[in-house]
Amino acid sequence: MTASPVPIRPNEKPPVAKIMTLALSPKTGSPRRFPQWLTSLAAHVVPPVITLVFLLVLWEILCSSPTASVPPPSRVVSETWELIAHPFYAGQGVDQGLFWHILASLKRVALGYCLAAVAGIALGTLVGQSEWAMRGLDPIFQVLRTVPPLAWLPLSLAAFKDGNPSAIFVIFITAIWPIIINTAVGIRNIPQDYQNVARVLRLNQFEYFTKIMIPAAAPYIFTGLRIGIGLSWLAIVAAEMLIGGVGIGFFIWDAWNSSRISDIILALIYVGIVGYLLDRAIAFVARTVTRNTASA
Amino acid sequence: MSKPYLSLEQIDMVFSRGGASTQVLNQVSLSVEKGEFISIIGHSGCGKSTLLNIVAGLTQATRGVVFLEGTVVDTPGPDRAVVFQNHSLLPWLTVYENVKLAVDKVFSSSKSRAERHEWTMRNLELVQMVHARDKRPSEVSGGMKQRVGIARALAMEPKVLLLDEPFGALDALTRAHLQDQVMQIHTELANTVLMITHDVDEAVLLSDRIVMMTNGPSARIGEILDVPLVRPRRRIELAADATYIRCRSSVLKFLYERHRLVEAA
Repeated sequence: MTASPVPIRPNEKPPVAKIMTLALSPKTGSPRRFPQWLTSLAAHVVPPVITLVFLLVLWEILCSSPTASVPPPSRVVSETWELIAHPFYAGQGVDQGLFWHILASLKRVALGYCLAAVAGIALGTLVGQSEWAMRGLDPIFQVLRTVPPLAWLPLSLAAFKDGNPSAIFVIFITAIWPIIINTAVGIRNIPQDYQNVARVLRLNQFEYFTKIMIPAAAPYIFTGLRIGIGLSWLAIVAAEMLIGGVGIGFFIWDAWNSSRISDIILALIYVGIVGYLLDRAIAFVARTVTRNTASA
Repeated sequence: MSKPYLSLEQIDMVFSRGGASTQVLNQVSLSVEKGEFISIIGHSGCGKSTLLNIVAGLTQATRGVVFLEGTVVDTPGPDRAVVFQNHSLLPWLTVYENVKLAVDKVFSSSKSRAERHEWTMRNLELVQMVHARDKRPSEVSGGMKQRVGIARALAMEPKVLLLDEPFGALDALTRAHLQDQVMQIHTELANTVLMITHDVDEAVLLSDRIVMMTNGPSARIGEILDVPLVRPRRRIELAADATYIRCRSSVLKFLYERHRLVEAA
């Protein structure tokens, strides 16, 4: 029943441990030592920069021949310089700066994802709390969640008769399953002790929901939300390729149709960065809200 | 006619699972006067926790009733506050907020906002936890957690305070310290207390009467021992006190001679 774990970035933990040992001996080093924050920044930034430079050089070498089907990084930059330099360019129709494309995609994701979060937490609570709701709904959820996101698109196009709501629906239906399942697991795992406390205090249904159930299940809910945002961003690009209009997905498809390979590469980099930022944003909200109090 | 403050009348408890049913408690009756400190002692599995849960209202007795001040109690409520064995503090709330949650709920109409804050602080003072009021349960020691659990229960101004092996999970030194604190609080507030324990010294030190349970299944009250020691009691002086030694050995005799645990033999 548990969803796949959120990937742990391998370069996150070990540098932190190193910094801790530095922090224990602040004044013993030579006076010319760099300020601590600078050392810490360097420890986080230098390794990925080195890796990146290495990969770029490798790519440059591998694709340097004039007959290569994929352009090397230098050509990507020179060919897409217009796009990089003018992200806010506003033209006619789909001829927009990349910022507007990404913004359009983000808007669709935001709407679909928020609807999925609300509905997912509500359904997850229902399934987690009621044995009968679980028996009735869980098999259906288990089947539906395996349907690939794009398979929903034709059906939603038929239902909504318009591209934009269809894309939003695809996001919704993609993100909702991990949210439902994780919320349900979280609710079902509320320790009996907390329920006893609630009973002794005679908390009413509403108080129990807000003061015990939601905080107790919060770590699980946020795991679902974090998986959900990742899946949403995966699905939006594919969905937009099919529905057209302004959006980073259609931008990529359009670039492919006009053989602008460098534009595709640039767009992929932007998609990756935005996806990463979305994931970090949800992780940050989760940390702030649950305050690292998953257990006593 | 004077009815006892708290009375358990002919409590039977039968757990049924599938076709099989086990009788856990058999005809348990007990009367407790206001301000009394009662310990219930017995080997594990004798149903003493079940008995406490029935008084708390968390478990329904199969037969029999619990009266508190002449009224039948069969649902949980803040008039029978429980200090749980594993403290059961809510980890997402601070020490202060854990107690405040109880205070806000119990005194929502009878106390003003400022009074509720004051009352929360007073109860934290009582267990000497004011210094950690903004810490979360995960940031304080096991003994401190249990003190907050006691503060939360006391803050409800319960008619009966129910302690479910409150010091079982603590080390010996912390346990002694908390026992002293509980004795002091009992002296100050004169609460009626029902405590589950399996520690003979703890039972003799704290209680006015010790209720000894026979082994389960079908456990009943084997014997009730009066502990006629004057209060305040000091553990060091008591170690050589004749009454203390007599009480202690009669509990030990009950537990290890007449009702020794069969599986352990």
